[in-house]
Amino acid sequence: MTVQPTPPPQGGCRNAPVLKERGQREVFCGLTGIIWLHRKMQDAFFLVVGSRTCAHLLQSAAGVMIFAEPRFGTAILEEGDLAGLKDANQELDREVARLLERRPDIRQLFLVGSCPSEVIKLDLSRAAERLSQTHAPRVRVLNYSGSGIETTFTEGEDACLCSMVPVLPKTDARELLLVGALPDVVEDQMVGLLEAMGIGPIRLLPARKIDDETAVGPNTVFALTQPFLGETAAALTGRGATHIAAPFPFGEEGTTAWLSAIASEFGVDAETFAAVTDAPRARARKAIAQASEGLNGKSVFFFPDSQLEIPLARFLTRECGMTALEVASPYINHALHGPDLDLLPAGPQIAEGQDVEKQLDRARAARADLTVCGLGLANPLEAEGLTTKWAIELVFTPVHFYEQAGDLAGLFSRPLRRRGLLKLEAAE
Amino acid sequence: MKLSVWTYEGPPHVGAMRVATGMTGLHYVLHAPQGDTYADLLFTMIERRNHRPPVSYTTFQARDLGSDTATLFKDAARDAYERFQPQAMIVGASCTAELIQDDPGGLTEALNLPIPVIPLELPSYQRKENFGCDETFFQIVRALALPMERTPEITCNLIGPTALGFRHRDDVEELTRLLSDIGISVNVVAPMGSTPADIARTGAAHFNVLMYPETAEAAARWCERELGQPFTKVVPIGVGATRDFLAEIATITGLPCKADESRLRLPWYSASVDSTYLTGKRVFIFGDGTHVAAAARIARDEMGFEVTGLGCYNREMARPIRALAKDFGVDALITEDYLEVEDAIRELQPEMILGTQMERHIGKRLGVPCAVISAPVHVQDFPARYSPQMGFEGANVIFDTWVHPLVMGLEEHLLHMFRSDFEFHDDAGASHHGGAATARVEDGGPAPQTPRSLPAEMKEEAQVIWLDDAERELRKIPFFVRGKARRNTESFAARQGVSEISVDTLYEAKAHYAR
Repeated sequence: MTVQPTPPPQGGCRNAPVLKERGQREVFCGLTGIIWLHRKMQDAFFLVVGSRTCAHLLQSAAGVMIFAEPRFGTAILEEGDLAGLKDANQELDREVARLLERRPDIRQLFLVGSCPSEVIKLDLSRAAERLSQTHAPRVRVLNYSGSGIETTFTEGEDACLCSMVPVLPKTDARELLLVGALPDVVEDQMVGLLEAMGIGPIRLLPARKIDDETAVGPNTVFALTQPFLGETAAALTGRGATHIAAPFPFGEEGTTAWLSAIASEFGVDAETFAAVTDAPRARARKAIAQASEGLNGKSVFFFPDSQLEIPLARFLTRECGMTALEVASPYINHALHGPDLDLLPAGPQIAEGQDVEKQLDRARAARADLTVCGLGLANPLEAEGLTTKWAIELVFTPVHFYEQAGDLAGLFSRPLRRRGLLKLEAAE
Repeated sequence: MKLSVWTYEGPPHVGAMRVATGMTGLHYVLHAPQGDTYADLLFTMIERRNHRPPVSYTTFQARDLGSDTATLFKDAARDAYERFQPQAMIVGASCTAELIQDDPGGLTEALNLPIPVIPLELPSYQRKENFGCDETFFQIVRALALPMERTPEITCNLIGPTALGFRHRDDVEELTRLLSDIGISVNVVAPMGSTPADIARTGAAHFNVLMYPETAEAAARWCERELGQPFTKVVPIGVGATRDFLAEIATITGLPCKADESRLRLPWYSASVDSTYLTGKRVFIFGDGTHVAAAARIARDEMGFEVTGLGCYNREMARPIRALAKDFGVDALITEDYLEVEDAIRELQPEMILGTQMERHIGKRLGVPCAVISAPVHVQDFPARYSPQMGFEGANVIFDTWVHPLVMGLEEHLLHMFRSDFEFHDDAGASHHGGAATARVEDGGPAPQTPRSLPAEMKEEAQVIWLDDAERELRKIPFFVRGKARRNTESFAARQGVSEISVDTLYEAKAHYAR
């Protein structure tokens, strides 16, 4: 069975010309993903091998600091580590040993590369191998790069998950693997919907704990829950798994299309699909209708941030009645973003990459009713009279699937509603 | 390599950004990889600035490393000049760019821009944010300030305030008012609020007021040497320090410097009987050296607290803070590791912490009230209202701020009297802090906020055990003094060689420490 969304009458954006820019990028680096990944994997510790800047970024991006001793930290490189006066590897081994001694609950350790560790070519994969041997079987040590020279914001999660693919056990079972870190409550809803259709066994990447039964093999089919997991998808394909392409599960329509693609792969009949989804679909439509009241007929401009921009623009234009003026994404990957581009009504400027000054000029000229941008730009643009939505909240808030569809619309409508509520002028 | 979870200071280029963001007409071209732009949000979100910091980042990526990052830098510098038309530019590298050694100074010089370009050398792997402020401001002053004729009337510069500084905005206003009171006007405030053209005319002032040694001491010393401008050594935070500051200015200028004290309320508030309960409150002080030194003096001499421990995170101030600690008869804690600070607080069991946002979190964990006296601070420490730390109004603000986290005097007595009352019990906390009232747990449960472990230095000598009766008696003591009672009793028992604490031991200790 399939429930296909109707493509827009004037055509979609898959073949729209893409404005590719390069210049100053107002984005986070991939280290930022640690903020949510360490909450997701409850037996993992993320050790950034980097500079004071990396440590400062993590605590600034975390906003309100999570002061229960967090499961991440930075091994700050010092002058001696760079000048080769001390063996950086010995230093790293010592810090890791101390850390694991203090935190016996840690079962997986990620060594996370940063800009400075990449530039001085500190080989963290060899370090991870060595440390894995030292601390096996209690702790598994993996490595990936979250450096800004290689990863943009959410690509850090992609790099992290990708590093886990080679060590996943092999299976020949026909299993559904769902890929992407979601809040537990959303993940449970997702699994519940699919299980109700009789689909299973369902495995998750990342698993909540190292001992969970996530495996991969030639009979694995996988779906991505996030639009920024291209490398992980490639690695899974490399291990024989098959990707189910679909629009991403944002909004009622996106969720239905995503579930439907999986359902048809598993031969679920239309009746069962309807029995499972009809009620939550109706709820989602109702919630969106309420929450998007203030969005109808309004325009939106996306600065590039998380690669969620294209699916979200699809949601806002098709389900909330907005018009997209510009939709910029750090990277556009047709294999992943194609199904959403097909549905996004033609019209907006599609942009990849960023030259922030030029884009700000365009945003000021466009004066969209709502400008979606990063934290560094939001207050300055508000001060210029634009209404903004901070993009990072879209990554840190449960927004996937039916039950969150209304919340997702609400995230966008709240800034507009607030602007309408504030009456700060004299009453005359 | 040093493992760090939370840091008190950012990297030095963030210090340079604090200087640049405080100024106008200055632009900072920073050779940095993608991602370093996170620092913008410190200013736009935490400080709620309505402008982006005047910083252009080159945003190099891995693929540029093999080719030409130098051209990338030159293009960024040229574009920034054309777009922003600044009066002057500072150029430098963040930690990663420092490793690729592109020489931002030389590259920009080759562009022959028609404005002063000031290269910054900020060693990211050795130094930190405060150094970055101090060095950047010093380089700007050295490049732009010229010897010139002094103003006919006596004027001074206020130097040191930056973007993202703890109450810098209001300290500038308060000091300007105080100085105007004594007949001295301000020539230039810098870096915050100044342009490069303003920096050029700092030499017209008769002397400099060094507001924050952390951010401007190098510049102050250079001006003293090269422009013949003396600078003030007293930081006017607190009543005594403000009066000393005025006396210092009288010496420098020969003016009488009698300020109007009619707005000053701290001395009377401190003397009034309600404040009796503040007597001997045990406080632990931690932050940047300047604010810690000021807070220690206020705590002891103006509030009547007992300083049980103090320290700072900036090693540049280690020497004066050690000397200060000696004067107070305590050990100085010089560290940038918040876990060490937490250990010290846990061991000393103070009744209040005067610290940074890090200590606020520590206090939350340990159940010790905390007032913030120093950077680093979060968004709630950039209040909308006027709330300086310096001068007489600053002293008033400090009195209020420090008293607020504590249980009020009369309330303290009521808690003693009615500590078993079903709703007015001590687990409910101070009544003016809101929050849902917690129902009193009948018959014990662990005594809340009472650390169970012995202070480390005692563990070696003796294992002290609390007998049940004594433990129950201890629980009857209100929460805000329970930590002190426990610690005093244990110290007393250890010193007496007693290994079991009975109710008698508890009251013998109480008598011993009575004051």
